[in-house]
Order: sequence, then C-alpha cells, then structure tokens
Amino acid sequence: MADTVASRNGTPAASAAGFVWGYRYGLLLVVLPLLLIAGGKAGFVSNFQFLQLSLMIVYAIAVLGLNLLTGFNGQISLGHGAFFAAGAYTAAILIDQHNWPLWATLPMAALVCFFAGYLFGLPALRLEGHYLALATFALAVAVPQILKYRHLEPITKGVMGINVFKSDPPFGLPLSTDQWMFLVVLAVAAFMFWIARNLLDSRTGRALIAIRDHSMAASTMGINVAHYKAVVFGISALYTGLAGALHGVIFEFVSPDSFRFELSIAILVGAVVGGIASLPGAVIGGVFVQVIEKYADALTKQISAAVQLPLELDPWLIYGIVLIALMYAMPTGIVGGMAVLWRRLKAMRGL
Amino acid sequence: MEQLLQQVGAGLANGAIYASLALALVMIFVSTNHINFAQGEMAMFSAYIAWQFMEWGLSFWLALPLVMALSFTTGVVIERTILRPLHGAPVLSVVVVFIGLLTIFHALAGGIWTYTIKAVPSPFPEVAFPGSGYIGSHQLGMIGVTVIVLIALFTFFRFTPLGLAMRAAAQNPASARLAGISVDWMLALGWGLAAAVGAVAGCMVAPAVYLEPNMMASILLYGFAGALVGGISSPGGAVAGGFIVGVLENLIAYLGNVVERTTGLYIVGNGEKLTVALVIVIAVLTLKPSGLFGHVTVERV
Repeated sequence: MADTVASRNGTPAASAAGFVWGYRYGLLLVVLPLLLIAGGKAGFVSNFQFLQLSLMIVYAIAVLGLNLLTGFNGQISLGHGAFFAAGAYTAAILIDQHNWPLWATLPMAALVCFFAGYLFGLPALRLEGHYLALATFALAVAVPQILKYRHLEPITKGVMGINVFKSDPPFGLPLSTDQWMFLVVLAVAAFMFWIARNLLDSRTGRALIAIRDHSMAASTMGINVAHYKAVVFGISALYTGLAGALHGVIFEFVSPDSFRFELSIAILVGAVVGGIASLPGAVIGGVFVQVIEKYADALTKQISAAVQLPLELDPWLIYGIVLIALMYAMPTGIVGGMAVLWRRLKAMRGL
Repeated sequence: MEQLLQQVGAGLANGAIYASLALALVMIFVSTNHINFAQGEMAMFSAYIAWQFMEWGLSFWLALPLVMALSFTTGVVIERTILRPLHGAPVLSVVVVFIGLLTIFHALAGGIWTYTIKAVPSPFPEVAFPGSGYIGSHQLGMIGVTVIVLIALFTFFRFTPLGLAMRAAAQNPASARLAGISVDWMLALGWGLAAAVGAVAGCMVAPAVYLEPNMMASILLYGFAGALVGGISSPGGAVAGGFIVGVLENLIAYLGNVVERTTGLYIVGNGEKLTVALVIVIAVLTLKPSGLFGHVTVERV
C-alpha cells in the first residue's frame, strides 16, 4: 500500500522516468485499440469479445471508485452497487424517456451520483468500520426495492426494467456499434484514471491518505476530516455511477434485479483481489469481476467434467475457494503480491 | 388491536432468530473484531443437515443436538484451519475470506440439496393454549428454544471456569495468556459455540420460511443490524437488539397496511419493510454510535 504512494513522489529523476512511462502507457493506450479495430467491422476481434473487453473496463472504473473510498480513504463500502445502479438508471431514463444523446447523459449520471454519494457520506461520517459496513450493505439491499417501489414505477418501469438502445458510431465511421462503444468506454476510462492519478497526487489526495492512516493526527494538521470524507464519498460514487451508466448503455438494459447486493460484493471483491490502494489494482479487479461473471460457469463445467464429480459443481464453490486461496497467497491483492514477488526476484539476482 | 398483538407476536418470534444470529456474530466479534459474514450461510447449512437427518428417520429433537455438535466441530475446525493463518492480515482480506466461506457454503448446499425450496415440518404440536389467537405454536416454540439457549450460554459464561477463561481471553488476551489460558483455543471454542447457536437459529427458522440456500441472507442482515443496535460489544445488548429489530420490522408492515386501509395511500408494504427497518436502525446508530446498550470505548492516542 505505502510503496505505491511513496514511489510516485520520488526524486526528479524518478518523476522524469515516471513521465516517460506515462508517455509510453499513453502511446500504448492509443495504438492498442487502433490495432484491435484495424480490421473494421469484419476485424479479427469479434463483437462479442469487444463487449467483454468493454465490460472489463467498465468494472475497472467501478472498482477504481471503491478503491478511492476504501483503499485511499479507509471508508469501507459494501454497497457500491447502489451507486452503480443509480448511474445506470440515470442514463437509461435520460436516453429512453428524454431522448438525451449519450455524450450528455454520462456527465449527468456522474453528477447525480456525486450528489447521491455526498449526501450519503454526510450521515456516514458518524459511522465507522462495521457500522459503515452495515449502512452501505443496507443501501445495497435497499436499492432494488426502491427501484421496484410502486410510486416510482412510472419512472423506473418497476421489475420490467428499461431497454436502452446503443447509439451508432457517429460521422459514418466504419465501425460496429460494439467497437464504437469499446472506444468510448476506453476513452472515458483513460480520462477517469488520469484524473484519479492526479487527484491522489494532489493536496486532496495526500489529505485523503492522511485521514486513512490517522484521522485524528490529520485533523490536528488542519485537515477538515468531515469535508474530505464526504467529498471522497461523492467522488467515489461518481466513478462507480459513471461505470454504471456505461454498463447500462453497453448492456442495453437495466432492471432492479441486475443490481442486487451481489454486485456490490463483486465490486468489493474485485477491489481487494486487485489491490485496494492501487490504480493498476483497479484494472486487475475490473478484469477479475467480468471474468468471474462470464467464465466461472464454463470453467466449473470443465473442471467437474475432468474430475467426474458425482454432484453438480456450482461455479460459486470454485469462486469461494479461489477467493480464500488468493487471500492466503496475496493478502494485499494481486498488485501487492506481484510487488513482493518482484522484490524477491531482485533479491535473488542480487545474490 | 388483535392484529397489532399478532404482529408483535410474530415480530418477537422473528426477533428470537435475529437475536440468536446477533449473539453468534457478537461472540466472534468480541474476541477477534471481525464480523463473520458467513454466519448466516453456516446456519443455513446446519439446517439442511438437520433436514437430512430427519429424512433419514431421526426425530427433530434427536437431530438438533446432533447438528449442534456437528456445527460446533465445523466452527472449531474452520477457525483452526482457515482463519488461524490470517491473524494479522488486513481487515479487508479477512472480509473477503468470509465472503469466500459464504459462497462455498451456499454453493455446497445448492449442489448437494438443489435450489428447490423444501417445506420443513414444525417440531412443535399445533395445540390450543391461552393466547394462541395471538401467536402460533411454532412461533412460541422459536422464542422458547432461543430463550433456553440464551440462558444456557449465560450460565456457561457466568458460572463455569471455561466460560470465565473464554471471557478473559476475549477481553484481555495478553493477560489471559499470562494467567495460563490458551487464548488460541478459546477463540476456536468461541467459533464453535457461535456455529452451534447459529445452527439452532437455522433449524428453528427453517419451518417458518421454507428451507432453501438463500433463506438466511436477509436474516443475517437483520441479525447484523440487531447486533449493532444493541451494541456490538455487549451480548445481552445484541439479543435485545435482535428482538427490537424483529418487532420493528413487523410493526412497519402493519402500520403501512393500516395507513393504506384508512387513507387509501400506499406508503410501505412488505416489499419495503426491510429498507425502512434498516433506515431506522442506521438513524439510531448515527445518533447513538455505540448502540443502545454498548459501552463507549475511549481510545488513548
């Protein structure tokens, strides 16, 4: 946790190296998607695979939101699925009932979720640790019920959900809809990660980390703890809500039951498995969430066919075992585990 | 009026289950500072095993102690094998391990016994008794069994040397160790006891809600809420909190019903009672963060 933060504020040489690295990553971010869509509509990556990639990126943004709150500010949330849902519903309602274009719905969804998160963060200031866990857990459980609430049905369409239609690529670009959405999602993600990096590197970021490490010491240094905690709740909800909006648009459908509390758990698990206080960890976490959701079933069937078990194996069984094994092997997440491995490797070479 | 009393009766019966689960959570919390999110699924699994025993021809009252013993052993084994190596791991890693345990028990139950719901007969005979218009015999039985378990636990912790040792290990591990208590084993025993109490809750609630792998999800949440409302560091408070949450939940549904009948305006129904109950619980917690019966802990810097 600490070394990811410390390494960024290093010597001038280090920051120059960091710039070169950032430059290379930036180049990679431009070249790679161009390669992927190079074949046009009949490219070598199928539309289905583009959808999977987009979903991974979307979950990475959602996990990043939770990382900012839990990893960098120390406030636990078992209910980020609620903000995900809020973002998705905001986008869906604006597109479906008010004919807003996609580019306008995304900032609106982000704004709505920021205020939702900020308002939730205010009473949450009084709650810490397990109490906050309960409050956020309750939020996650409440959201599907609220979406089904009788008096909101004219807007939310109740259990039926809302169909969202994907927008076609503009300017007559020779791309399929899935390819276009992939580019949109990727651009949004790159922008949001860049913002998060800069935020953490700023006065605000240092305040957030100081509050996490020792809130009383932070307040004696003149940091307005209550203000920062509520604001980071808002920012975190903004990220996750934006991810939700993108998810609603790519998935073309929102319904109360796609935002059950399992989603919140999945986001938390993704964040912890990736590495809770690290930006690359959020990317790994996002990939993890989507891979589990999509491929756990197929993987389990293969395994149970291979060992010929008498009872039907449930994908969740494998999921649980993998989770426990991961926490044993890498208690600080995959990014932390990799760092430990790297250090050991370097020490061995040193000998 | 009669309906109100019925609702309170039903609330107390549900509250008994929440209280048992809250107590199980508190027992693990006081010694480890962790909330065992898998507690509900462990109780669900125990209820399935009890059902299996009954399918094999055992009577309920024979199956219950067997299942309690099995759950106790499982709890001890889980603490010794899975959680012991994680002492000193980050809190969130432990939370994720609990989530892993939760999904494993859930998937195992679904894999072994399928996800179709099963009706479980109540072990209590349908007999008329004074006040039976207000409360069903199974509901009364649920409350009775819970109270017996609570008294047994209280006696154990208050009047036996082992109970005293467990309390010492939870309150002050360093001193307890110096006094010759094996703190590690006390922790494992606590896990076992919590699992056994959870097993009773699972077996009692199964006839009321049908047996299925999801049956404990909302019950765990209510138990968690009850434990926090009562004060997570106080076992007595947790039990009271469980009963409070149970009655509260039923009163909300009742009030919503009354309002709809008198004014025709729908505000809350069964679908929203969970949400409303939780909102109230959280409101109470923001006003009184250590719970109704908890102690305010002062930390030295």
